Amino acid sequence: MKRRNLLKSIGLTSLGLAGLSPQVRAAENIIAAENEGDKKKKEPWEPYGRTESEKERDARLLSEQFFTPSELTTVAVLADLIIPRDSHSGSASDAGVPAFIEFMAKDKPELQTPLRGGLHWLDAQALKRFGSVFTACSQKQQIEIVEDIAYPGKVKPGMSQGVAFFNLMRNLTASGFWSSQIGIADLGYVGNIPNQWTGVPDDVLKQYGLENE
Amino acid sequence: MQDIQFNFSAESYDVIIVGSGAGGGMAAYELTKAGAKVCLLEAGQHYDPADPQYITQLKWPWQSPRRGASTRFRPFGDFDAAYGGWDIEGEPYTTAPGTKFAWFRSRMLGGRTNHWGRISLRFGPDDFRRKSIDGLGEDWPISYDEVKPFYDEIDSMLGVFGTNEGLPNDPDGVFLPPPKPRLHELMIKKANRNLGIKTIPSRMSILTKKINDDRGECFYCSQCGRACMAYADFSSSSCLVKPALKSKNLDVIYHAMAREVLTDPQTGLCTGISYVDTKTLEERTVKARIVVLAASACESARLLLNSKSPRFPNGLANSSGVVGKYLHDSTGASRAAIIPMLFDRKRYNEDGVGGLHVYSPWWQDNKKLDFPRGYHIEYWGGMGMPAYGFGWGIENVNGMFPDRDGNKREAGGYGAALKDDYRRFYGAYIGMAGRGEAVAREDNYCEIDPEKVDKFGIPVLRFHYKHSEYEKLQAKHMHETFEQIIHEMGGIPLSDKPGPDKEYGLNAPGEIIHEVGTARMGNNPKTSALNKYQQAHDVKNLFIVDAAPFPSQGDKNCTWTILALSMRASRHIVDLRNQGKL
Ligand SMILES: Cc1cc2nc3c(=O)[nH]c(=O)nc-3n(C[C@H](O)[C@H](O)[C@H](O)COP(=O)(O)OP(=O)(O)OC[C@H]3O[C@@H](n4cnc5c(N)ncnc54)[C@H](O)[C@@H]3O)c2cc1C
Ligand code: SF4
Repeated sequence: MKRRNLLKSIGLTSLGLAGLSPQVRAAENIIAAENEGDKKKKEPWEPYGRTESEKERDARLLSEQFFTPSELTTVAVLADLIIPRDSHSGSASDAGVPAFIEFMAKDKPELQTPLRGGLHWLDAQALKRFGSVFTACSQKQQIEIVEDIAYPGKVKPGMSQGVAFFNLMRNLTASGFWSSQIGIADLGYVGNIPNQWTGVPDDVLKQYGLENE
Repeated sequence: MQDIQFNFSAESYDVIIVGSGAGGGMAAYELTKAGAKVCLLEAGQHYDPADPQYITQLKWPWQSPRRGASTRFRPFGDFDAAYGGWDIEGEPYTTAPGTKFAWFRSRMLGGRTNHWGRISLRFGPDDFRRKSIDGLGEDWPISYDEVKPFYDEIDSMLGVFGTNEGLPNDPDGVFLPPPKPRLHELMIKKANRNLGIKTIPSRMSILTKKINDDRGECFYCSQCGRACMAYADFSSSSCLVKPALKSKNLDVIYHAMAREVLTDPQTGLCTGISYVDTKTLEERTVKARIVVLAASACESARLLLNSKSPRFPNGLANSSGVVGKYLHDSTGASRAAIIPMLFDRKRYNEDGVGGLHVYSPWWQDNKKLDFPRGYHIEYWGGMGMPAYGFGWGIENVNGMFPDRDGNKREAGGYGAALKDDYRRFYGAYIGMAGRGEAVAREDNYCEIDPEKVDKFGIPVLRFHYKHSEYEKLQAKHMHETFEQIIHEMGGIPLSDKPGPDKEYGLNAPGEIIHEVGTARMGNNPKTSALNKYQQAHDVKNLFIVDAAPFPSQGDKNCTWTILALSMRASRHIVDLRNQGKL
């Protein structure tokens, strides 16, 4: 956000009198932190108030690799089947979901076995049915398998492990997509910005037959 | 990073305070204002929410590689302003077999007040005399009228919004204007009006109006849990310790983990504190005329129990044997729901303040119910900022509703239709949590574990805590109420109603993080550790100003009362000093 807009949005337009206000200092802090972020553009993550132990752990996680390249390709294919590009926004991989899932597998090690195991369960299915691993199948064949594991309400015999894995993939993909820049723009979340809250807008009140109180 | 903030360095201080949370910050503020030379020992590190190196406020989820997911270091999410958590490396605690307790600790200036919920409820007249009403537990040695002036003073000094409703046990205060309800909150109010469940503006220590030049006004980012860089929400670090430092009467020593309270074997008075420098692991002592403990209820009990000497074989201030006993936390149970009327809602910024804009104080009469104590209800919902966990579990929800064209849908799925479900359901989830009073019992307690020590060699706490039927029946009532509210709103409760096998959904003891009662105050030195000014019966220069002195909890969150009572105890210390009695 531009500095002027920021000051305006918190109700302060001139620096003169307000120079001592904690709000102006707050605004300046945001700007300082953002400039800091610009300087460190090469770092994978902008600084966001990490403690020493967190910095150490995150640096270690970021230097490690969990998925093999072919596993990561499968993750990307699945993620894009779950959240594809549409007329509103890009796909899961456009939003960086595979890298996010790679990070989460290291950050929450309890995810590692369900994810790796699920990916190999999927390849075994694909091999059994179509003679090649999942990513080497045609899209039609991939969809055929996904159709069998995407609906927890109607699970075919022998498919329950695949359903559990697909639930996890769906949830991770959604988390990663909707918390990305692309996802937030698509969803229409318009907060996280200094503002004044004055109650529910009139047209919305009217829509629901309510009144501000 | 700062290790010490010295205004002066004394051979011996007037007062040592252990811990800089709600209780310790208030004592530091009051005592330094009165001119005492004070040393504040804090086990954690320096923290200032306006210092860019600490800021997490107004960051976006993608600035965190885990998109805000929780870690061992930040159990309430990657942007939360608490350094510490349930499980701190090298600082264990244990629980006796068959019992449960979860202990949340923050290791930083301001303790747990940097990220707390800011729900600031004063206790009511009945909360100080429950035993007289229902025969259970113990009355306080003080009445609401004795505490009221202090509540009034902290309301004005620290700032809290709310409304004067004239309710008998949820007293009026000195309130700033509350924020208007959000859409789902208006719907809850409407439903609750039909059900006769009083629902009023919440009471939170957030500045909806400027109160002084040191603190800014709320700009409605909904992120008080990340701590406010404009100091528009109350935290002990920004609103009490910082001004106390300006008095030039305060030294703060960081990374100082108190081990024991030192006493003179002849006089039996305290002489200071021995502590471990957590960075160098050196043992140090600091001396003072008066010792004030404020390390949080359980940690202060731990300090007393670990301060054994031939003169005090049961630990300090414990001739009654009550130290560690009568530990109790607020009860908690919660439920989420989805409100179809809110599908595909119009987007606008409804962040509001960090937390609820309305709540329901206890509205019933326990004499007509099968459990003795009340609870209040807190609500959540709205179009919040997405983060890790967003959309999780959609397979349990989307099969319940036909698509926009009225066709039945199969739960789960993938592809464009699924992608659209997330948009459709955004902002349609709500939830509610009951926070109630548990009955304090002697057999719910913490003691020193006979075998284990932490990494500093300090013996750790072992907890024994079980819910009684009272708490379970209260949780059952909470869930019945939640379902009534959800149905009245036209919503659908998510997850099943927990039954007796799950203790009706009661949170494990400690999980609500309002633990109190471990060194209770009273008029009788045989059944209490402290007198009504929170001064140890056995050791006249020892005071406790966290929640350890609470004989009972109230169906309110405890922090506003910790603050009021710490102010009261600190003024009493000053009076005693002026009278030459300390
Ligand atoms: C997520 C969350 C939400 C909450 N929401 C609310 C709410 O909405 N309303 C409410 O009323 N309450 C709420 N609480 C509870 C509130 O935070 C506590 O009641 C309050 O902070 C307790 O104050 P205290 O001074 O007793 O202890 P703390 O705030 O815990 O401070 C204790 C301090 O002592 C230090 N310390 C501990 N041991 C030692 C030692 N041996 N030596 C030196 N220093 C030591 C710690 O590092 C810490 O800084 C919430 C808590 C949490 C975690
Ligand atoms: S909601 Fe208000 S008080 Fe809370 S952090 Fe945001 S601006 Fe500060």
